[in-house]
This record gives sequence, C-alpha cells and structure tokens, in this order.
Amino acid sequence: MTTSELALPQARPKKDRSRRVMGAGKQLHAGPVTYLVLSVFALLSLAPLVWTAVAASRTDRRLAQTPPPLWFGGNLFKNLQAAWDQAGMGTAMFNSTVVAGTITVATVLFSTLAGFAFAKLRFRFSSVLLLLTIGTMMIPPQLAVVPLYLWMSHLGWSNQLQTVILPTLVTAFGTFFMRQYLVQALPTELIEAARVDGASSLRVVWHVVFPAARPAMAVLGLLTFVFAWNDFLWPIIALNQQNPTVQVALNSLGTGYVPDQAVIMAGALLGTLPLLIAFILFGKQIVGGIMQGAIKG
Amino acid sequence: MSSSKQALAHPASSAEAAPGTPPGAARGAQGRGTPPPAADSWRSRLYRWDMKASPYAFIAPFFIIFGAFSLIPLLYTAWYSLHNVQLSSLDTQTWAGLDNYKNLLSSDFFWNALKNTFTIGVISTVPQLLAALGLAHLLNYKLRGSTIWRVVMLTPYATSVAAATLVFTLLYSWDGGMINWFLHFVGIGPVNWRESDWGSQFAVSSIVIWRWTGYNALIYLAAMQAIPIDLYESAALDGANRWQQFRHVTIPQLRPTILFTVVVSTIGATQLFGEPLLFGGVSGSKGGSEHQYQTLGLYMYDQGWIIGNLGKASAIAWSMFLILLIVAVINMLFTRRLRKSL
Repeated sequence: MTTSELALPQARPKKDRSRRVMGAGKQLHAGPVTYLVLSVFALLSLAPLVWTAVAASRTDRRLAQTPPPLWFGGNLFKNLQAAWDQAGMGTAMFNSTVVAGTITVATVLFSTLAGFAFAKLRFRFSSVLLLLTIGTMMIPPQLAVVPLYLWMSHLGWSNQLQTVILPTLVTAFGTFFMRQYLVQALPTELIEAARVDGASSLRVVWHVVFPAARPAMAVLGLLTFVFAWNDFLWPIIALNQQNPTVQVALNSLGTGYVPDQAVIMAGALLGTLPLLIAFILFGKQIVGGIMQGAIKG
Repeated sequence: MSSSKQALAHPASSAEAAPGTPPGAARGAQGRGTPPPAADSWRSRLYRWDMKASPYAFIAPFFIIFGAFSLIPLLYTAWYSLHNVQLSSLDTQTWAGLDNYKNLLSSDFFWNALKNTFTIGVISTVPQLLAALGLAHLLNYKLRGSTIWRVVMLTPYATSVAAATLVFTLLYSWDGGMINWFLHFVGIGPVNWRESDWGSQFAVSSIVIWRWTGYNALIYLAAMQAIPIDLYESAALDGANRWQQFRHVTIPQLRPTILFTVVVSTIGATQLFGEPLLFGGVSGSKGGSEHQYQTLGLYMYDQGWIIGNLGKASAIAWSMFLILLIVAVINMLFTRRLRKSL
C-alpha cells in the first residue's frame, strides 16, 4: 500500500549507531505499560459491541434485572429472527445494500473523474472550483433537507429508495481525496505519453488514470460504503418503516416499534454486522485510507 | 502546453501529438496509413475539442449532482426560512419576512438548544481529542500486531449512530443497566442518566467519544509518523526525557493536525442529532422530558417534522450555518495568530 510509504518518514537517515540515543522517540519498542493501557482502550472499544451480542442472546425480562448478564444466553437466533421479520431488518438490509452499493460506485467513479481533472488538467476556474469543493465540506446536511423534502414529496418520491440515493451520489470529500492522491500517484509524463500516441481523453482515463488510481479508489469505496450505510438524518426524514434502510429500521426500534430490548439489540447487531465483517476483511485498508486522508488534509 | 513539448522530442509522432501543426505538413512526416486530408483535419479538430472540453466533462457529474442536491438547497433553505411553510400544507407558502428568526430569538427552547449543543460539544470533543492524542502516542511505539491494534481502535467507527445509541441507552438504563451496576461496586448510587441534566448530557457525549476517539487517534498517528526522527534524536541529545519530547517535539509538530481535528469535531458537534434523538426513546425529538439534551439539530427536526413548521426549521438550519461560519472565522484568526507566534 502506498499508505505506509506515505505515513512513514521517506528516507530514514542512516546514522552512526553510537548517535542513536536511548529514549529517542519512535523507534522505541512498547513496554508492558503501553500494552496494558492499549488493552484497556481495546476493551472499551470492543466491549459495547460484544455486549450487544450478549444482550441479543437474552430475553427482555432478563435484561431488566440486576446484575446485567455478562455471558451469552440461548435466545440469539430467536431474537435475530424476530428482528429480521418483525422489525423489518430483512428488508432494511436489502435496501441498505442497494443504497450504499449504488452510492459507493457512483461516488468512486465521479470522484476519480473530478479528482483527475483537478489534479492533472488545466482548465478555467479550476482553483476556484477546487476551493469551493473544499469549503463546502463543512456545510451540515441540515442545510439541505427542507428543500429536498419539499421536492421529493412534490415528485411523489417519499419512501422510495432513489430519494436517499440521488442526493448522496457524490461527496466533496471523495473528490478532494482522489485529487490529493492523483497529484502524486499519477505521473504527468504517463498522461503525456498517452497523448503523444493520440489517445483521447476517455482512453487516457481508462488506460492510465484508473489503473493508477485503483488503490485509492478501493479505499474511497470502503469509506463511502461505511458512510452511506450509516447515514442517518436524510434517510429517517425521507423513508419510514414501510420501506426502511437499516438506520431507519433501527430508528423505529429506538422509538418503540418493537418494545423487546433483546430484539432491539439483535437488530443493532444485524445492522452493524456487514460493516464489522468489512472491517475484519479490509481493516488494514480502511485504517490506511483514514491515515492517508489525514496526511494530505 | 506540455504535450507539444513532448511532441518536439518525438518528431515521428508529431502529427497526432501536436494539435497546432497544420495537417498537410504533419502527413508528410507520418509513415504508416495516412488518412485522407478531410478525415485528418476532422480528427485534429476533434482532438483539440476533446482536450478543451474533457476537463469540464470530468468535473460535470460531480458539480451537477453536488450543486443540485447541496448548493442549491442551501439557498432554498434560506428562502424557505423567510416563509411560512407548514408540513400539512406544503404547497401554500406565504412570505413571512424575518418572523421565523424573530420567533427563534425569543424562544427559550432555541437558546436552551444552543446552550446544550455547546455544552455537549465541549464535553464530547475535549476528552475525545485528549484521549485520541494519548492513544496515538501509544500506537506510535513499535508494537506487536500494530495493524490489529489500529483496526480494533477503529471498530466503534463501523458502528452506526443508531446502533451505538441503542446499545448505550441500554447500558445507561436506570435498573439493570451495566453502568449503574459498575458504579454500585465503586460505592456510587445509581445515576438517573435519562432524566438528570448533567447525567444525560454526559451519557450522550460518551456515545460521541466512543465512536470517534479511535478515528481521531489514527489521524494523529499519521501526523506523528510524518515527524522527522532527527527532531527526537536532537531533543534526546539535549537531555529531554520522553514526556519533554512529547511536549516540545510532538505537540508543536502536530499543531496543524490538532487544529484540523478541532475544526472537524466542532462541525460534527454543531450538527449533533442522532445520538440525542435515539437516547430519548419515544419522545426523542424533545431531547428529554425537560429538553435537557435537545441540541440544535434535534430542535430543527422537532420543529420541522414533529411540530410541522418547515419554515422555522429552515431558520434553525441557517442559524447553525451562521454559527459554523463564526467558528470558521474565529479559527482563521486563531490560526493566523498561531502562525505569527511560531
């Protein structure tokens, strides 16, 4: 991954061993205290998730008793079943997959195109437009939802998936992310060489830009999928329990749609599971992507 | 243009490379399959057009969608904030002037929401960033399985606001709640996390802290790894111990990153919405029985979609935007002063 090359100091000067002083910063190996404190942090990070599974395997009555359950009970599959059917988590998972999948593909594609233009092509107002893109990253989603709601109800689109897909098809972050990556990862000579061979812009994009951008596209895809899967404000305004995404279904659970706490926990577990699996499979890439975005930003 | 420079270096292929070259002259230089003159000039014109138009074509999808669903709505929200727009009768919008804003400024609930947003913002952001800084420092040591540690710290980020809040609400429940049970062992009586003022605000903040500490730690870690090792070596030669190195090398080097995370967290805190909504359960949009954790984002949702006054909701949204702009200006002044002092 380019991430590690970026994050680590480029060229570590090879110095005389005797000059390397004990206590000099980062090459220190971690001691037992470091591991201990890190383990506490890790426990705090993971415990609520593990406990979600514990609670989802119990009954509503048991969860109201003291002391709270600390180990798994026998009701996990019953509760998952109830969450899937009664709380609509089945439909919700399907809808969220469609929504987050579409948004991810579109965001990665459009961000790569725009990021490439900003990184390597000269055109009028390019710096102004780039500044506009960066500046608008701080606008809260609240500033858009009233007009969006009015338009969507005018079109008769409320409770339909395109309502939550369309407004999120691109992100300013994605464009900026791809631009920052391509500035250094795509050699200008490569584009020029393709031009010399008479390649059209589309061919340049297909044969030069996409191959060079692939690692960043994968990372942006993962980050976008997480973001789209977890998006909350606009989906709960635009959709309801009749045709929910995962977050809409969880919102319904939280406001008493199904009063059984064990089933609610089963729903929370189900709704988080796809992303947890993604983190287990691609954790390294996601971590790399966040760190890479940070270095550039 | 750089491409014509390239073409000079490779005269053999100049015909297709340099759009400015007259087609006739170019054809003579070209060896293989020379196209007829008409097609050639058509091709070179197409090529020139392609060079000029393609950047705009590449940014068009982004700006069309972004403009239509983010920038234009921003202006429409301002327009609606000057109108009386009711959820029950969306098609009749009457001019209201500044009434919605006046209404806000004289509403106790607005000021309460503003105060709560600020309080929750501070008690969620400050401990979060401090913990992230410490965590990043630890992750920056040579660790066994460093990737696994990083992924573990980031797992809360995979949990959605909704899922996390549902779990934490149960953990914070009055009876049978895990947290009150733990407190009981330390000899602290049960805390009413739902109803008490500071208790509920702390509980809501803790969800934010849990979800974002690892994320911010990774951002600090990335910045820490970019600090040149020589700085530490010379500090150590000067006799600086580890804490002094952290204080006098790491922190100053991280200053831009810290500023960045403060800005991002402030933006996040200003629009805080999902956590208090779901923490409140059935009456979530009120932010508790006494509105004790109703934030601006929640107040907007409550006024717009529960009460049904979309004009007022628009005015609240624009107030949030203005607050962010003020924060941005303060931040800019602060950064400038910081730069001068360095």
